[in-house]
Amino acid sequence: MTPFSYHKPNSVSEAVNLADACSHFIAGGTNLVDLMKENVVRPTRLIDISGLGLNDIHPTPGGGVLIGARVSNADLAWHPMIEQHYPLLSDAILAGASPQLRNMASTGGNLLQRTRCYYFYDTGTPCNKREPGSGCPARTGMNRMHAILGASDACVATHPSDMCVALAALEAVVHVQGPSGERQIPFADFHRLPEDTPERDNQLAFDELVTGIELPPPMFEHHYRYLKIRDRASYAFALVSVAAALNFDGEVIQQARLTLGGVAHKPWRDLAVERMLVGQVPSEALFTRAAQTLLQGAQPLSHNGFKVTLAQRAIVRALDDAARGAANGGARP
Amino acid sequence: MSAISSNGADTHPICLTLNGQSRTLQVHPWVTLLDLLREQLDLVGTKKGCDHGQCGACTVLRDGKRVNACLTLAIMCDGADLVTIEGLASGDVLHPMQRAFITHDAFQCGYCTPGQICSAVGLAHEGRADNREAIREQMSGNLCRCGAYGNIVAAVEEALPLMRDGIEPQRGQNP
Repeated sequence: MTPFSYHKPNSVSEAVNLADACSHFIAGGTNLVDLMKENVVRPTRLIDISGLGLNDIHPTPGGGVLIGARVSNADLAWHPMIEQHYPLLSDAILAGASPQLRNMASTGGNLLQRTRCYYFYDTGTPCNKREPGSGCPARTGMNRMHAILGASDACVATHPSDMCVALAALEAVVHVQGPSGERQIPFADFHRLPEDTPERDNQLAFDELVTGIELPPPMFEHHYRYLKIRDRASYAFALVSVAAALNFDGEVIQQARLTLGGVAHKPWRDLAVERMLVGQVPSEALFTRAAQTLLQGAQPLSHNGFKVTLAQRAIVRALDDAARGAANGGARP
Repeated sequence: MSAISSNGADTHPICLTLNGQSRTLQVHPWVTLLDLLREQLDLVGTKKGCDHGQCGACTVLRDGKRVNACLTLAIMCDGADLVTIEGLASGDVLHPMQRAFITHDAFQCGYCTPGQICSAVGLAHEGRADNREAIREQMSGNLCRCGAYGNIVAAVEEALPLMRDGIEPQRGQNP
């Protein structure tokens, strides 16, 4: 690890004023410490935010929930309010990482984790995300885990989070504070597509700190499914994951949310496909049509063509499970 | 503000409880908890496997919760209550989880075992595993390249109710 100075501020304003272009905030450190060991990230200054509080989960006046940025992934997944009212989020978190990592990793840090693209981690190879302009070996190299939607010539990396896929589906809002004040970023706008600046994963400035995640009032407590497809039964990143959530008026779908993980540089949500589902009665034909529409623009690489079919099937199954309330004890034939 | 360093070569004082003893230590900011334990404190029971949080061999208990020591900066453990494999037994009396691992022959080479046992104790504290399938899922952060998984799950399954009830298994018991 390259030496750095260590700071432990006592307030958010102190923390953001300590930040510069070569600094990093650290919470759980599960990804950052690893990146520092590999010399992928070399901060000259590390700002430990463990003295800032930000570790509560409490109801908001509007009927939602505000999650402090330092709440651990395990505490969030197992919080009674989250398990009861946002079970999609609990399921997504518990599908990711290991129990040890979930005990350490923070809510804010989960949003900011970097891609697990092999080339990004290997400082012996070019990578536009790590060294802008150096090239992208993944485009023609080992790209089985990589993006099939929204990628660019510069970068085909995927965002690795499970939690973020659920947060996108639930329309969470990211609370951020910088030296000039606070702002709130809708989840869909927080992460970005790579375009020609893949070094930027999200909209944060270097001196902005995620302070919390706000969830709107619960709407999907019964018909939801987080389906994760991976190479082994546990503790692996998603090849494809699907967060599906539905609301019904009788037999008719009143609201639909559908977000994919493992396929793009950010959680992939398609509003047009969600609108296709609204006003319809669930059927395999409907879900298949939705899945095909969502994947219409897919551009698979040399080794991940299977993801297109896999994603389509996963969408159909996740929507079917959500419709039946399978994750909530409903039967799945 | 505390523990400011304007010079990267500085060490910082940290106070923590390690296996029940209060310790004050000087650490460089870039030293991991795993390296502190093994290289500076001679507590080599905690193992370095992958050093990337992927294998679980370095699992220790921090404030009762299992964490990967390889991804934990020692400097961020100021004020923490840490328990390593060396701190689980009471004198000569093994922890119920240690006994269960012996009873079930839940290891071959033994390299992953300290991490497995600490992880299993953390799993018990979490109280979320009530069947074999849940144990398997919740032990997935600990790899065993000898493949002793079957016996590991059996050991954890036996120790969970014993830990809950405060009863220890008898040595050599073979249910």
